[in-house]
Amino acid sequence: METIKNVSVPEVSLSGKLEGLEQQYIDLYKQYHEQIKQHSASVMNLSRDVSFGLFEQLGFPTSKLENYKYTDLKEPLSGEYGLNLNRLKIPVNPYEVFKCDVPGIHSYLYFVVNDGFYPVNDTRNETLPEGVIIGSLSQMAEVHPELIENYYGKLSNTKKDGLVAFNGAFAQDGFFMYVPKNVQLDRPVQLINIMRSDVDFMANSHNLIILGEGAKAQLLVCDHTVDDVRFLSNRVTEVFIGENATYEHYKLENTHTKTTNLSTLLIDQQASSNVLGNIITLHNGVTRNTIEIDIDGENCETLLCGMAIADKKQQVDNFTSIIHNQPNSNSRELFKYVLDDMSKGGFTGKLYVARDAQKTSAFQTNRNILLNKSAKMRTKPQLEIYADDVKCSHGATIGQLDETAKFYMQSRGIPEKEARLLLMYAFTGDVIENIRIDALQDRIKLLVEKRLRGELSNYEGCVICQ
Amino acid sequence: MNTTNNNQSQAQTSPLLGRTGEPLLTIKNLHANVNGKEILKGLDLTVRQGEIHAIMGPNGAGKSTLASVLTGNPAFEVTHGSVTFYGKDLLELSPEQRANEGIFLSFQYPVEIPGVSMVNFMRTAINEQRKYRGLDQISATDFLRLMREKKELVEMDNKLANRSVNEGFSGGEKKRNEIFQMAMLDPSLSILDETDSGLDIDALRIVANGVNKLKRPDNASIVITHYQRLLDYIIPDFVHVLYDGKIVKSGTKDLAFELEERGYDWIKQEVEETR
Repeated sequence: METIKNVSVPEVSLSGKLEGLEQQYIDLYKQYHEQIKQHSASVMNLSRDVSFGLFEQLGFPTSKLENYKYTDLKEPLSGEYGLNLNRLKIPVNPYEVFKCDVPGIHSYLYFVVNDGFYPVNDTRNETLPEGVIIGSLSQMAEVHPELIENYYGKLSNTKKDGLVAFNGAFAQDGFFMYVPKNVQLDRPVQLINIMRSDVDFMANSHNLIILGEGAKAQLLVCDHTVDDVRFLSNRVTEVFIGENATYEHYKLENTHTKTTNLSTLLIDQQASSNVLGNIITLHNGVTRNTIEIDIDGENCETLLCGMAIADKKQQVDNFTSIIHNQPNSNSRELFKYVLDDMSKGGFTGKLYVARDAQKTSAFQTNRNILLNKSAKMRTKPQLEIYADDVKCSHGATIGQLDETAKFYMQSRGIPEKEARLLLMYAFTGDVIENIRIDALQDRIKLLVEKRLRGELSNYEGCVICQ
Repeated sequence: MNTTNNNQSQAQTSPLLGRTGEPLLTIKNLHANVNGKEILKGLDLTVRQGEIHAIMGPNGAGKSTLASVLTGNPAFEVTHGSVTFYGKDLLELSPEQRANEGIFLSFQYPVEIPGVSMVNFMRTAINEQRKYRGLDQISATDFLRLMREKKELVEMDNKLANRSVNEGFSGGEKKRNEIFQMAMLDPSLSILDETDSGLDIDALRIVANGVNKLKRPDNASIVITHYQRLLDYIIPDFVHVLYDGKIVKSGTKDLAFELEERGYDWIKQEVEETR
């Protein structure tokens, strides 16, 4: 893959600043921005230079920033990563790699390989309801510019976040889905992000999802890595939910330990819409998920769940933000972590209730189990409430497995190992209950059990599909 | 198989009380600590097949400690003495091995386990027991039949069986659930730790009834209780008084009546005098 450019980045000393890391990418952009634009869509290029300018100003986030205090990106961002700025086709057959038979799930199936939408002729996708558009963001931006212009960057461009700005500068493609007014997808849509490269590699993709009024869709995003090299993905997903629309977003990560997975999910909810997010990290390297949901209409329902199982030196940081701008909406948040070995977890639950957002009800729970003395969890509820007639609560706990429950089970003949497993499994149960696709729920139950038993291999390919 | 099992000639040797059953459990000079404090201070007890032993005593005497030590609770440390169960050294076994050997403890405070359904819990326990004994997993239909049968025995509400283990159960329901589990696992030695505490008279009758129905010539029970009340329903063959970590007095069920009437002070006095 000769035309993939390797960006050489100097190693930083432990006391070093990230500034040394940014310069390489700044130089790269200045040198190659014409090529980047040439291989993307004009809609995406409109704000590209502005995003770059913002990145120049902000740089990569450091753990000194309040919103990034639980993730140190110094090590993940150092070293050399290749970028595919010339949009070369990556030699991979996703079906061969993943053998996606999707037993029981029957999804509409799409792939993003590294940071490009990977077109496949899947007969299953031929029965998409009329009017639904799914495909490559950069291609669709040329075909339906009027549709995409109104949405692209509308949520992300206002964010003062170095990673989002970086994505705005470098992302050239991604996944696009449009579900028109009153169209309800009969099957879940599955997006598989595959990281495939012979050299250490960085991917920046931008996804755009638009649900019209009264539309309904379920999206399952699976993150996978194929090769034994270092991967860094920095993905931004913007989701616009029309009035009365229903959207479910499942994100399942099963990547290897050399992966840095940075994702930003930005959701805008209009009146009477219903959103479920369920963010599951089964196996990973360093993961930072930013999830921000803006409730911009009345009578919305929002449920944001997530769980992480981590061991060895894995890190999982979920930064969540739910913003109630309008009255009479309900949001609920539930995140659970099971951490072993030297793993680190981070959770931020930011909740903002604007002055006019009266009659808001918002509840937040984060519960964590540390299986080991060297595992670390840091959690922070962050409530800002400016309305005076609201019901809000938050709770965060960090603890160990319940020894009395374990002994109770052992006294019924259940071996200690099995008792621990049952307890951990039970602990994650209420997150898994919030998967509203039956086949997916069953599959994830099995995967969680396998993961807790230490039997899940992230080289198996697509764990959902096998 | 161990050699003491089914050896009828040996079983005929109970000198004092005309015992006939096989010795199931033999405790000799048992000392045990919790948090470094000695609670059991040389306890002796032999339980034979077909027998029901009641253990009574004042608060803090070590009754619940005995139950915990016998079931292998890791919070308790045995410092001296021996416990044999069917001729095996019980103290060498893990809690789960003891359970699968046939020891069951009905907990004084049954534990709530959110997220683990009763059905899943019981199926796992039954199958672990079968695995331990070299048997195949129980079939779905056999399991459901067994559940139904045993639920009826303790008049347990169907809804409870579908919930998480003990979660949100009332005190009476929890105790009933203990006896239900006991019926499912069919132990050869059941230890009932204050099973009567927190039970109203109807629940007490149901629980006791369950225990009595499970009684067979080849199993045995140790009933730990504060009050004589339970012993109106579960008639003991022997009553022991546990005081300051030792069994200081043994007798028949009449001893329980005497304790109910006179309290424990006279026993304490007797013990102090002999010191």
